[in-house]
Amino acid sequence: MGEKEGIFSKKNLKLLTNPLSNANPITVLVLGICSALAVTAQLKPAVVMSLSVTIVTAFSNLIISFIRNTIPNRIRIIVQLVVVAALVILVDQVLKAFVYDVSKQLSVFVGLIITNCILMGRLEAFALGNKPWPSFLDGIGNGAGYGLVLVTIAFFRELFGSGSLWGYKIIPQEWYIANGGWYSNNGMMILPPMALIIVGVIIWIQRSKKPELIED
Amino acid sequence: MPKMDTNGNTYTILYSAVMVVVVAILLAVAATQLKPFQDANILIEKKQNILRSVNIVADAKQATELFNQTIKELIIVNSKGEKVEGDAFKVDLKVEHSKPVDQRKLPVYIAAMGDKGKVYIIPLRGNGLWGPIWGYVALSSDMNTIYGANFDHSGETPGLGAEINTEKFQKPFIGKTIFDKAGLFTSIVIAKIGEKADPSNSVDAISGGTITSKALQKMLYDDLSTYQEFFKTLKK
Repeated sequence: MGEKEGIFSKKNLKLLTNPLSNANPITVLVLGICSALAVTAQLKPAVVMSLSVTIVTAFSNLIISFIRNTIPNRIRIIVQLVVVAALVILVDQVLKAFVYDVSKQLSVFVGLIITNCILMGRLEAFALGNKPWPSFLDGIGNGAGYGLVLVTIAFFRELFGSGSLWGYKIIPQEWYIANGGWYSNNGMMILPPMALIIVGVIIWIQRSKKPELIED
Repeated sequence: MPKMDTNGNTYTILYSAVMVVVVAILLAVAATQLKPFQDANILIEKKQNILRSVNIVADAKQATELFNQTIKELIIVNSKGEKVEGDAFKVDLKVEHSKPVDQRKLPVYIAAMGDKGKVYIIPLRGNGLWGPIWGYVALSSDMNTIYGANFDHSGETPGLGAEINTEKFQKPFIGKTIFDKAGLFTSIVIAKIGEKADPSNSVDAISGGTITSKALQKMLYDDLSTYQEFFKTLKK
């Protein structure tokens, strides 16, 4: 054993903050795009989805890291899958019990967290080779990095697509053409392709600010 | 700690067996503990759907209160139009549909809509393209004119068949009649654009959702037709 590390040492903090920017799972690693397109038409499902993914990544990282030395190498993917699937079913059941309307909106996408590339990616790349605490932080960081992008996309899509945020009307009613004004919601924003375009814009802005992220 | 041999066959088999049992117990406990909450949510959703068929939009918190205020009577009838004992709210249409028509329990929810009088809500259930579809049709007291309708589905194609749960599809049902001028039962026709149909008993189908549209038309015809005798008793 080396010398004892602080709980929030510099190295550990980096695990938490790196996925927010330089190692963001969506914009840099380009993982988990599919659900990012599907659940971002409104802010509320995007936030619930981000929280669910963060919880599942953090705890599956933690559990896998705890048992990493006992896992038979030949069935390690299956073991990871069982842990992830169990956690996802738990999250799904809890959502159905306490936020039923959101769980209906998210429908199949909660179940599809199992196949979210971020999860297996982090388990294979990080949790199998690191201690539980750093793995847990890595999970939170990656979930938050995913959530950050999701919430940003959802913010623009809901604001310009439906004129509201979190279900509350933001654009004044008298602006609308129907009420004698000049404004109309952009229906394109509601459709999935617009999410892809917004992801593209976010990636563009991020890379123009940080040229070191640009691949040749 | 000496390193275990984690690659042996016995170890691998034991490991997976233990893992599966532990996970199974965990999930079983969680599912049974959360079931009461989930069932309560499903009941509230049913009340919301019934209310929506009489054009009342209620959120989850108000649903039970509004339901009790609006729905004054819950009855069960049989295909001859006679009243049958039982709790109409608990009738499972899936079970009833597996019985022959003359043995089915047919629930009716009667709503008091102020100066518009009594409205009779008929629950429906049918098979869509991918899974079950269901809904509620509310009839005005002439037992002919539709007061409102609400439909939902479990897995129709988003953007196509799934559109049956939108207001755009449901609103045109209001004011349509299920009997023709001669008093014959016609139900509602879900017509494609250009299809010849009487505007008094047809609504537009969903483009690209033909199978779901036809399934919905069949559901309306099949389920409403079993109530014909009951409608007659009320018209007299």
